[in-house]
Amino acid sequence: MKVQIDPERCQGHGRCYDLSPDLFTEDDEGYGRVAGDGLVPEGGERAARVAASNCPEKAIVLVEEA
Amino acid sequence: MTVDDRFVRDFREGQEEPLGTRNEIITGPVSEWATDFSHLEPEWAADPYPIQDDLRGRCPIAHTERFGGGWLPTRYEDVAAIAYDTEHFSSRAIIMSNYRPPRDIAPVGAVPPISSDPPFHHDARKLLLPAFTKKEVAKREEAARAFCHSLIDGFEGAEIVDAARDYAQHIPMRVIADMLGFPPEDGPRFREFVEHALEGVNLPPEQRVANMGELFDYLLEQIRDHVAAPRDDLTTYLIDAELYGRKLDPSHVAGTMALLLIAGIDTTWSAIGASLWHLAKTPADRDRLVAEPELLPTAMEELLRAYAPVTMARLVKEDMHWRGVDMKADDWVLLSFPAANRDPAQFDRPGEVVIDREINRHAAFGLGIHRCVGSHLARMELRVALEVWLERVPVFGLADPSTVAWAPGQVRGPRTLPLRIG
Ligand code: HEM
Ligand code: HEM
Ligand code: SF4
Repeated sequence: MKVQIDPERCQGHGRCYDLSPDLFTEDDEGYGRVAGDGLVPEGGERAARVAASNCPEKAIVLVEEA
Repeated sequence: MTVDDRFVRDFREGQEEPLGTRNEIITGPVSEWATDFSHLEPEWAADPYPIQDDLRGRCPIAHTERFGGGWLPTRYEDVAAIAYDTEHFSSRAIIMSNYRPPRDIAPVGAVPPISSDPPFHHDARKLLLPAFTKKEVAKREEAARAFCHSLIDGFEGAEIVDAARDYAQHIPMRVIADMLGFPPEDGPRFREFVEHALEGVNLPPEQRVANMGELFDYLLEQIRDHVAAPRDDLTTYLIDAELYGRKLDPSHVAGTMALLLIAGIDTTWSAIGASLWHLAKTPADRDRLVAEPELLPTAMEELLRAYAPVTMARLVKEDMHWRGVDMKADDWVLLSFPAANRDPAQFDRPGEVVIDREINRHAAFGLGIHRCVGSHLARMELRVALEVWLERVPVFGLADPSTVAWAPGQVRGPRTLPLRIG
């Protein structure tokens, strides 16, 4: 699984980096950033889903790998 | 270097009294909420949720003739659509009142960025963002925590304390005064300014103008003091900030400072107070948080959802048919994030406080481009205020529920909250 942030939608609420700091960080203006390459490590799927389902702007995209 | 003489003259001198339109002030009991709503009546202040739930079920975009005409959507979907639609809805006024500022005040507005529309909005907001990131506000946590402890030290020996007046209120006042570099002992004056701006909506216009004048007199005094002796704080930052290659207009500097004072105090005070009110009357939740402090960040989001303190407003730009109603240019829209947060289409068991709710896409800090700039600061203050309270006062309850009083208007929270702590 991979996580992505849609920069058009993200408004910097920060729920993603509050809830799942291993997967997300903030930039200098508080907008969300994917940490590293966005690849979710084994066991991190739940943290990815929690972040996505709490983002008020629905800006987080989960890409399931085939 | 040239002397900064922008603030030598009062920037209001020579400015015309802003035009704009005034309407007849209508107050008194509401006959029918679907056609005559008013968020300023005591019934709404005491408990707006049954009113909003009833409207969502039978008239999801309610109307009123008061305030010169306005609408009240109560579904999450409609509130979100309006927050995102800056093409049809303007932020040139965000407090629903009996005065509409003139159209040419857009896109800047009196208090950027909250009163601004695109494209100016983005630039005014960008100036503030770096000072309000999670990382930046974390630097204030230690001082905020020490201040909360000192407030509780002051309860020594008391059996009943007013948690709104003696605790919640002081925390955001101190934090924002520190950030702006104002004397901490000026706290009580800020309280007056905040009350005037947000609760004095139905006062006569002359009185409102006079009240606003006092706030700007105070800000100008602080600005001049900072021009003479610059320091490392937000006031100096705004005085030195540049937009489009020029320093900001004096009215932009003062307007933004006013916004930070007003937007930062009442709101956070309300959120801390409402959270303590809930815990005081719900011992099971209180005991669980005392036993499991790591649950607090999750519980806090649920309290923000259920008792969202802030409602905003917009003005309709042009006549239009919108989701089944005929909106006229300059009609108000009361943008109720609290009502959106209790929409059963969006949340399971919306009327219940579920302190371990894991999925909570609430809109207490707004949606879209005006997302609260202070949300990271507010969350830090709320968390620290509750942590310190629960650590120091693990057992407390409402002293007398009938004496709890809630602020009327667009920022709602307890203003009198007597709690038994002894
Ligand atoms: C629990 C406390 C708070 C709540 C619930 C809250 C809520 C909100 C909401 C709903 C908006 C959106 C306005 C709109 O859509 O028109 C907003 C905007 C804003 N808030 Fe807050 N707020 C809080 C605390 C603060 C604090 C502590 C500050 C700063 C010191 C602050 C500064 C601002 C600013 C500057 C804006 C305007 C943002 C823009 O227009 O781009 N707020 N707030
Ligand atoms: C440069 C800054 C400002 C100026 C020159 C200014 C001036 C005025 C004037 C002349 C009125 C008309 C009064 C009436 O007829 O009722 C007014 C209304 C009002 N002002 Fe201000 N004001 C400023 C900043 C603020 C701030 C910081 C706030 C609070 C966030 C605020 C909140 C209000 C409210 C709630 C009203 C009632 C009507 C409305 O919102 O449109 N103003 N202001
Ligand atoms: S929670 Fe959503 S809006 Fe907030 S920073 Fe993360 S991606 Fe952006």
